[in-house]
Amino acid sequence: MRKLLLYLIIITTGVVFVARLFYLQIYNTSFASLSEDNAIKVIYDYPQRGAIYDRNARLLVTNQPSYDVMVIPRELKPFDTLEFCSILNITKDNLVKRLQKARVYSPRVPSIVIPQLTKDEYAYLQEKMRKFDGFYIQKRSLRDYETVNAANLLGYIGEVNDALIKKDPYYLSGDLIGIDGVEKQYEKELRGIKGVKRIQKDRFNRDIGPYKNKKFDTLPVNGKDLTITIDARLQDYGQKLMKNKRGGIVALEPSTGEILALITAPSYKPELLVGRKRSPNFTKLYYDTIAKPLFDRGLQGEYPPGSPFKTINALIGLQEEVIDLKEKVSCRMGYYYGKGQKLGCHHHRGPLNMIPGIANSCNAYFATVYKRIIEKYDTPQEGIDVWRKHAQSFGLGNYLGNDLSAGRPGKVPNSEYYNKVYQYPTYKWYATATISNAIGQGEVLSTPIQLANMTAAIANRGHYYTPHIIKAIDGKPIENENYTKPKITTIDKEHFEPVVQGMYEVYTNGTASFLQVEGIEICGKTGTAENFTKIDGVKTQLTDHSVFVAFAPKDDPKIAIAVFVENGYWGARYAGRIASLMIEKHLKGTISRTDLENWIFTHSLEEEYAKPYSGEPFKINQ
Amino acid sequence: MARSSVAAIDWVTVLLFLLLVSFGWGNIYSASYENETFSLTDFSQAHVKQAFWILFSIVIIIIIQAIEVKFYERFAGLIYVISILSLLGLFVFGKTISGATSWYVFGPVGLQPSEFAKACTALALAKFLSDMQTNIKLIGHQLRAFLIIALPALVIIPQPDPGSALVYAAFFFPLYREGLAAIYLIVGVSAAVLFILTLLFKPLWVVLAIAAVMLFILIKNRKQKPPYSKFLLTLVVITGFCFSVNYIFNNVFEQRHRDRFNIVLGKEVDSKGIGYNTNQSQIAIGSGSWTGKGWKEGTQTKGGFVPEQHTDYIFSTVGEEWGFLGATFVVVLFVLLLIRLINLAERQKSQFSRVYGYSVVGILFIHFAINIGMVTGLLPTIGIPLPFFSYGGSGLWGFTILLFIFIKLDANRVNEW
Repeated sequence: MRKLLLYLIIITTGVVFVARLFYLQIYNTSFASLSEDNAIKVIYDYPQRGAIYDRNARLLVTNQPSYDVMVIPRELKPFDTLEFCSILNITKDNLVKRLQKARVYSPRVPSIVIPQLTKDEYAYLQEKMRKFDGFYIQKRSLRDYETVNAANLLGYIGEVNDALIKKDPYYLSGDLIGIDGVEKQYEKELRGIKGVKRIQKDRFNRDIGPYKNKKFDTLPVNGKDLTITIDARLQDYGQKLMKNKRGGIVALEPSTGEILALITAPSYKPELLVGRKRSPNFTKLYYDTIAKPLFDRGLQGEYPPGSPFKTINALIGLQEEVIDLKEKVSCRMGYYYGKGQKLGCHHHRGPLNMIPGIANSCNAYFATVYKRIIEKYDTPQEGIDVWRKHAQSFGLGNYLGNDLSAGRPGKVPNSEYYNKVYQYPTYKWYATATISNAIGQGEVLSTPIQLANMTAAIANRGHYYTPHIIKAIDGKPIENENYTKPKITTIDKEHFEPVVQGMYEVYTNGTASFLQVEGIEICGKTGTAENFTKIDGVKTQLTDHSVFVAFAPKDDPKIAIAVFVENGYWGARYAGRIASLMIEKHLKGTISRTDLENWIFTHSLEEEYAKPYSGEPFKINQ
Repeated sequence: MARSSVAAIDWVTVLLFLLLVSFGWGNIYSASYENETFSLTDFSQAHVKQAFWILFSIVIIIIIQAIEVKFYERFAGLIYVISILSLLGLFVFGKTISGATSWYVFGPVGLQPSEFAKACTALALAKFLSDMQTNIKLIGHQLRAFLIIALPALVIIPQPDPGSALVYAAFFFPLYREGLAAIYLIVGVSAAVLFILTLLFKPLWVVLAIAAVMLFILIKNRKQKPPYSKFLLTLVVITGFCFSVNYIFNNVFEQRHRDRFNIVLGKEVDSKGIGYNTNQSQIAIGSGSWTGKGWKEGTQTKGGFVPEQHTDYIFSTVGEEWGFLGATFVVVLFVLLLIRLINLAERQKSQFSRVYGYSVVGILFIHFAINIGMVTGLLPTIGIPLPFFSYGGSGLWGFTILLFIFIKLDANRVNEW
């Protein structure tokens, strides 16, 4: 009995130890990673970030060296602080504070004192470096922009934030990462893969040679060069046209879905967000809440599409067979429904059938067509959902699923939405309650890129390619099926020809007849969108947005474009002019109508934009 | 006679001893080598020295086996006295190494008498208990036995080396085997449990909880007329114990001792300062996973992150480089050795040999349990070596002498009756 207890004590102890070992070595894996931190120093070799070229192989973005001034605090010797500060153009207090911070961080590990010197600052400092023991210079790579435009689509790079470091173990504190635009979207391709060197450390943090004879070390892989679909020349030109205006231009190549130009105004120079200047400049741009330069209006601006949306209603009407090409609809300066309610129209000859209906943008005509579409079905709910399904097949009312870092879904309302608004079934609602949809007002919202894409779908007579900005990676054209396979609309091909004809007549004898370009058959559609803002809590109407969509040439479309100018009044006034100039520039390379071009260059809408902030009563649509 | 004695040696024990010593040396090599060139004359390196200690211990083994077996029993008292004197001599001639005056230094060789005192005490205790006139059931004899055990411990504590002193608790094994009442065990274990509970919770809560349990038992058994006065007395003793533990811990212990307990009890986390050893040791072991990083491939070992790794913390090298399998292998070796030694002790015909055998088991066990418990973070930091494994000449020789005297005694059992 007594003997047994001693055996038991010994065996129990053995079992407890084995269990403890199992816990430490197998069950709890945190010790293994702690050991990595402890004993192995990992040094990274950063590869060159890939360059970005436009569709004509023009270099847009490349790299430039930058130089960080580093310090190892315990190696510092007394030095001429005055001279040092004057070279680097900082105050002595500032320098003392930075050195203090570095010392607190670690006396033996290098810290950055002054980040990202330019080449000139570096050259000057380099000569004097020998006087400053404890300091040294570390080379880094920054972005170098060969263009002053396209900041919105190129994006920028900056230090990765803590949340991302936690999510993606590839990144370490201080690493640079694409934060917006192409830089963000194609971060993985552009960044390459950093090389790793593992060094065995001892407990004093000294290097004691490579870990396992470099068995786990890797060489860096350089980032890939990107070719984007943008035509830098067109992009620059569009930016110039948009000077002193707010809005967006999106130009697509209908046959591929490639984005030729993506302009937002106002914009900023991409070089503002490089290196040491990035932080203050970004803050400045970020807090400009009136002009919102960081807001990409081409991608994120959700506006009522206005009249261009009538083309969709025309197509749905034909597909649903609620109207034919011949039937004429009369217009008495508007469309009357309900008890004396009216959807107003402008002055034009009438009654009109479809093609001149489009050309003259007759509200009464499209209200009739829209009402018939909805009322074709037993309930307005069913009707509106069928209508919505057609509209959505043009890429409206949802995210396009493209490779741009920003985007908005826009809106095409469904029955559920109206049921909620009108409190169905307590109250019933009918087609006329949603009649603004007929003319692209009311509940419908779209972004300029959605409008451009819709136009491309019409130009292609029934299909579109998801708009995208990537053309080739390291010279190899993209193979992503999302971009190379067409998306088919729900409208049969034969219904497009009359709508295209209507859009053609917009130029020949419709709302944009003064914008014809010699030798190019352009199809377009003007739009004028009412809009409102709140001033001191009061809903106030502002000058209409000027909207224009177009594609050209008519029978072999090379460009589809949507132009949106905030508060530009009517469609042809600003947006139409800009669209026609862009088309001419793209197709011909030169501008023949210099007077028109000049008009755009010299006209500013800044006065219009200042009105709501003036604090005084103002008039609109002047 | 010598021939038959060699044939009667328990080769299983010897084999286990050799496995432990050689595997230990391999790990000391990994923990201490600085360059690949192996030179038998470079005495600055621990593994070279240890190789010599091992070679010399073989000489010691041969000497032990050659000595007439009666010598150990006859001269046990004298040996004990000499060892006590050698411990006392430290206060005059001792050299202080890392805070403890535990060493005699003869030229390049340092000797630590406390490592040998264990074997001497075991002999003395065996001699006393095997005396015909000794009856362990008598309080007076118990006191004398305790005195034999406590004397070297009391001399060692002020060196200061409380870890080595604690080892003398090992003699509970032979005393218990020879018939010491189980109440000592029960009281001892209860005291240890109460000690831990009092540190974890406040003494008042512990007392209240125990009182509640007692009350429950009393109410449940009230028909059997339980001895109320005994229960009350127990409660009074426990209350006194708990509060005095609290007082001693807070007022008599030094801060470093409190820290060690607090770290193990999880009341304090400080992986950089006081908990550094334990933390680094657990990291090293934990990073070993199933099969370890391989001999001489341990990054923690190579980086020297675990202090005292080749001595008290040698087991962390095993854990890191040989993994769960290697570390378990070592644990199993020790368990096998201890069980084997109990079996050997049980087959002794003479009480002297049996008591001595159980003393060996107790001493080895307590070293094994405390050392591995400490290295794996189960016990507070108590700096005692892992037998046969840790670096150190005195330690290795002390354990070798301890073990091989028993092997000699065992081999000779056929000649006695």
